[in-house]
Amino acid sequence: MTSRSISPLEESITHTPLLEVKNLSVTYTTQAGPIKAVDNVSFKINRGEVLGLAGESGCGKTTTALSIMRLHGENAKVEGKILFEGNDILQMNDDQLRRFRWKNVSMIPQGSMNSLDPVMTVGNQIIEAIRTHQNTSKHDANEITKRLLSAVAIHPSRAQNYPHEFSGGMKQRAVIAMALALEPHLVIADEPTTALDVVVQKQLLELLKQLREHLKISFLFVTHDLSVIGEIADKVAVMYAGKIAEIGDKDAVLNHPTHPYTEALVNSVPRVFGKRELLNSIPGNPPSGIWPAGCRFNPRCKYTFDLCRRTEPELESSKTGTMAACHLISHPNKST
Amino acid sequence: MTQEMHQTSETTKLVEVRNLKVHFHQRSAMLGKKITIHAVDDVTLTLKEGEVLGLVGESGSGKSTLARTIVKLHHPTSGQVLYGGQDVFKQNRREAKQFRRHVQMIFQDPYESLNPQANVYSAVLEPLIIHGLAPEGKAPREAKVAELLRTVGLDPASKMDRFPHELSGGERQRVAIARALSLDPDLLIADEPVSMLDVSIRLGILNLMLELKERLKLTYVFITHDLGVARYIATRIAVMYHGKIVEIAEPDELISHPLHHYTNLLLASIPGSELSENTTQSIEYTFNPAQPPAGCRFHPRCHAAKEKCQTTEPTLTEIRKGHFAACHYPVA
Repeated sequence: MTSRSISPLEESITHTPLLEVKNLSVTYTTQAGPIKAVDNVSFKINRGEVLGLAGESGCGKTTTALSIMRLHGENAKVEGKILFEGNDILQMNDDQLRRFRWKNVSMIPQGSMNSLDPVMTVGNQIIEAIRTHQNTSKHDANEITKRLLSAVAIHPSRAQNYPHEFSGGMKQRAVIAMALALEPHLVIADEPTTALDVVVQKQLLELLKQLREHLKISFLFVTHDLSVIGEIADKVAVMYAGKIAEIGDKDAVLNHPTHPYTEALVNSVPRVFGKRELLNSIPGNPPSGIWPAGCRFNPRCKYTFDLCRRTEPELESSKTGTMAACHLISHPNKST
Repeated sequence: MTQEMHQTSETTKLVEVRNLKVHFHQRSAMLGKKITIHAVDDVTLTLKEGEVLGLVGESGSGKSTLARTIVKLHHPTSGQVLYGGQDVFKQNRREAKQFRRHVQMIFQDPYESLNPQANVYSAVLEPLIIHGLAPEGKAPREAKVAELLRTVGLDPASKMDRFPHELSGGERQRVAIARALSLDPDLLIADEPVSMLDVSIRLGILNLMLELKERLKLTYVFITHDLGVARYIATRIAVMYHGKIVEIAEPDELISHPLHHYTNLLLASIPGSELSENTTQSIEYTFNPAQPPAGCRFHPRCHAAKEKCQTTEPTLTEIRKGHFAACHYPVA
């Protein structure tokens, strides 16, 4: 694959972010009543940038990712704006949406190595994806497929194999090839390395880094694994209970966390290298659906004071340059 | 974590695995041909009382099969498993029942391993009833269950009547541990007990297991694919590669001086690792467990492989003090 040159038109709009999510809220109607899975989330992704979206299960990270593809189920009420190059994805009609998906934004869904069709060769599945979205001859689509497979380090001759003839890592790479088929500007990857062994994960992360370099693709990288984010992302957004707890440059968020939740999360991962020490676990469980009053992290936070139980904190600038939703920023004396 | 925490005065051998082979026979999906999967191939190891053996390796390396054979969930093709000096596959009924009491297993998925129709009280009491160890009468039984729940950090008053679906993943895993502890075991085999849990919950379970080990004088076999977790909990780590133990040492020794090139590759692959290892050469390699390569099984992926590696299988040898590796040309 060749690297994409930036046209004058693209140049003129480079000052707008590639993707801008503004005050996104997603509410699901359930038998137990409405559940606000995502609550007033905003972030931007610039061209060529990788944003890591981190958090535990039920924090709303996958719902956020699915909303960008407009794949959030029928029973979801979506508020806010999702602007792709300035156009609101949430206002698109079916036809616009069909042209937008895959061409502009593609997705590597969770557990996607199991999403390949077992009775179709891997090559034909990629060809089908290309020809569904773009008017390409079979011959050209075949050529593109071979190039894509090489790009993800699968020998083109393997195109005629069926998924069961691939290892887990190869299947995952084939799905990545498919997501790249129409040279999208943004790829949403939802836990793409989670089911993989560490050696394969490393290869995949190296591959994604290369693709990003050569094709200038932006990524929204959704994962619960902070070490993976540390490897690939430029910026990190940490979600907790449907909200962004902290967002900013990777180094600031992961190495000098401001939000007590980020801090606790970073410190609760047993490390392979460095000093071995007894770590303190975070008490309690992450909430699901029904959020605590005040700051949503307050029942588990070791710094909680009266204000945290009453008032929900807004995102504000921290000393490290991140944005964090914590009352300690404006009440620093309470942390001791 | 202090060094003393990991040292034990006890040196009694609790479990000995001798030349264990576990092979599975299957028909291949395509041609109906009979194939043999060499899940565990000639594994020998000793587990001392009070030890925590971390078993690491990628999926399909045989770590679960090895652990499950120790608890008699699989039958060996050849070789022996000795528990307290006695062959576990030659026990009579009474001995087998004793064994099932002393050796307990904790599974990866607490959503699957608990009966959805049994509340916490029944789940924890069940093993005691089966082994005829439950006290008589409602009040003493409740007291016994309450004591076990407190041991694993659950509040008996609020959790005793709950059903599994009303508990979080971490709480369910605690119930599974309480159940395993109810029979006062000596050996716990934990198969990826934290990998399904959220990051913020994992550490609570790991710390609980470390505390219980000290307090109740337990021995663990702890299976994990996460070297960080293995280092945190284990007193020794065994690295498995396709049915074989390729390296075994104390955690910090293994991590600071990996000898086998596979261990080195694993360590180099961890995000943020500063070790370098050429990982690209193995990118298209897929292992066929029905036809393991001749010689060293890792040689097709190993950049240090020489002729000898293709023909002669290396044996586990003590290369540094207390540090064994099966490699002809170990990492310098």
